[in-house]
Amino acid sequence: MTSLPQPAPNAKKLGLVIDLDTCVGCHACAVNCKEWNTGGHSAPLPDHQPYGEEPDGVWFNRIHSFEAGCGSSSKTVNFPRSCLHCENPQCVTVCPTGASYKREEDGIVLVNADICIGCKLCSWACPYGAREFDELAGVMKKCTLCIDRIYNETLPEAEREPACVATCPSRARHFGDFNDPESKVSKLVAARGGVDLMPELGYKPVNKYLPPRKASIPTKPQEQGGGTGNALLRLLDKVLSR
Amino acid sequence: MKPASSVLLLTTLTGFGYGLLAWLAVFALCGGLPDSRWFLPVAVVVALAFAGAGLVASMLHLGRPERAWRAFSQWRSSWLSREGVASLVTFPPALGFAVLWWLQGPDSAVAIILGLIAGALGLVTVFCTSMIYASLKPIRQWHNPHTAPDYMLFALFSGAVLLALLLAAWTGKASMAALVALAAAIIAGIAKLAYWRFIDAQPPLATLASATGLKEYGEVRPLDAPHFTENYVLREMGYRIARKHAAKLRRFVVFAAFLLPAVLAALAALGAAPLAASLVAALFTALGLFTERWLFFAEATHVSTLYYGR
Repeated sequence: MTSLPQPAPNAKKLGLVIDLDTCVGCHACAVNCKEWNTGGHSAPLPDHQPYGEEPDGVWFNRIHSFEAGCGSSSKTVNFPRSCLHCENPQCVTVCPTGASYKREEDGIVLVNADICIGCKLCSWACPYGAREFDELAGVMKKCTLCIDRIYNETLPEAEREPACVATCPSRARHFGDFNDPESKVSKLVAARGGVDLMPELGYKPVNKYLPPRKASIPTKPQEQGGGTGNALLRLLDKVLSR
Repeated sequence: MKPASSVLLLTTLTGFGYGLLAWLAVFALCGGLPDSRWFLPVAVVVALAFAGAGLVASMLHLGRPERAWRAFSQWRSSWLSREGVASLVTFPPALGFAVLWWLQGPDSAVAIILGLIAGALGLVTVFCTSMIYASLKPIRQWHNPHTAPDYMLFALFSGAVLLALLLAAWTGKASMAALVALAAAIIAGIAKLAYWRFIDAQPPLATLASATGLKEYGEVRPLDAPHFTENYVLREMGYRIARKHAAKLRRFVVFAAFLLPAVLAALAALGAAPLAASLVAALFTALGLFTERWLFFAEATHVSTLYYGR
């Protein structure tokens, strides 16, 4: 059923917090996502010409880099982009078959690959470009919030989090329940002013992004001229610099 | 947006077919059809053949066409599902219209009622098709008050051109349908010009700053893309090929889809070689509307491509 569910009173609202202040743009989350999910719920994630001229394939997580602002306060911001598991996901309601659905119990947006007809309309309905079509299987694929990790009782409890979160070397990704005001993700959003992407489109994304901190570390101006080394080295420096 | 030929064929051919069906019902009601038991059944078959060909073409767009039947289930929320249901529901009354007309002749009230039901359902199908596009918030060139009325107008216009051709072929004389086609060509052409004026003046839906949540830092510029080659999102949503020819193609659409058919319809209405004029008008309408639909996709921009600086 592609009509949106009425969330149950004790339902969870699972999602990610992505810290743009600490993300270093290493792409480890994208790689571990690909690695886990090519054997997971929506497996496989096909690649076309992986070693050829035009490599291409299905990825659930893509890492952009942007420049924000100008002058001394400008920032280079690394920006991971994946499904935001919106509260008002049009990708679900446009689906003609019921393959695209939002889970009542935790709000995760999934595709049932067994009944997807591959019409691609859901990808047109997503403003975030989060869905990618599997040309080989003829069905749409997307981030599952690692549903096969977070509820996986064969994994140690500490590992029951999405692959992208587990692998992040700078702890820039956090996973949790936004309906619980005491959860780590709720507290982070409150403390750091977490924001929605494109709120004007009204999709009400669950995932939140923490903006880069504005504080900068003051640095001494670099010393000019040959302030280091002995007289001989300074002379040598002068001669060589000529 | 990538103009997939299967979808272009679907939307133009169902417009011709269901537009013709609607006019057949109206002309049957007003007694404007030839006094023959054969004309109407043949014309209904032509209408359903056009619509059917469009629906078959749309199946080619699917990654898993063998599962197409599943698309009838989600009519409560999905315009695509509603389109599928409406397109099929139109067929039984349309066939009843044709068969009863053949059996009972032009005086059959039941036939005309079935015809009106079929004509209305056909237009409902076209409306559902238009709402697939009009409901997509990330595409400003589609999500606006022009899209749905334009699709209805283009369907009625192409249906009128097709009816004028069928009548000219059957009777060899000028017909009321040619006058209807002339009026529809003018109205549809004005609607298309108004649409282009509208989308050219439209502000963008979002900025890269709001798409990244970095508004308070000022302007945001793309630095490094996640990948060097095209991916599905860029191929499907970031289609740019030949957008640069848009101005030329718009002029071609005005000429081929609206201006030339209007002149030819006027000639046919005056009785100057009605068959030849109607035939050429229909061919140019088809070519022009197919190009119009191509532009409707090629000129449409999707907000997700903001992340790639497009």
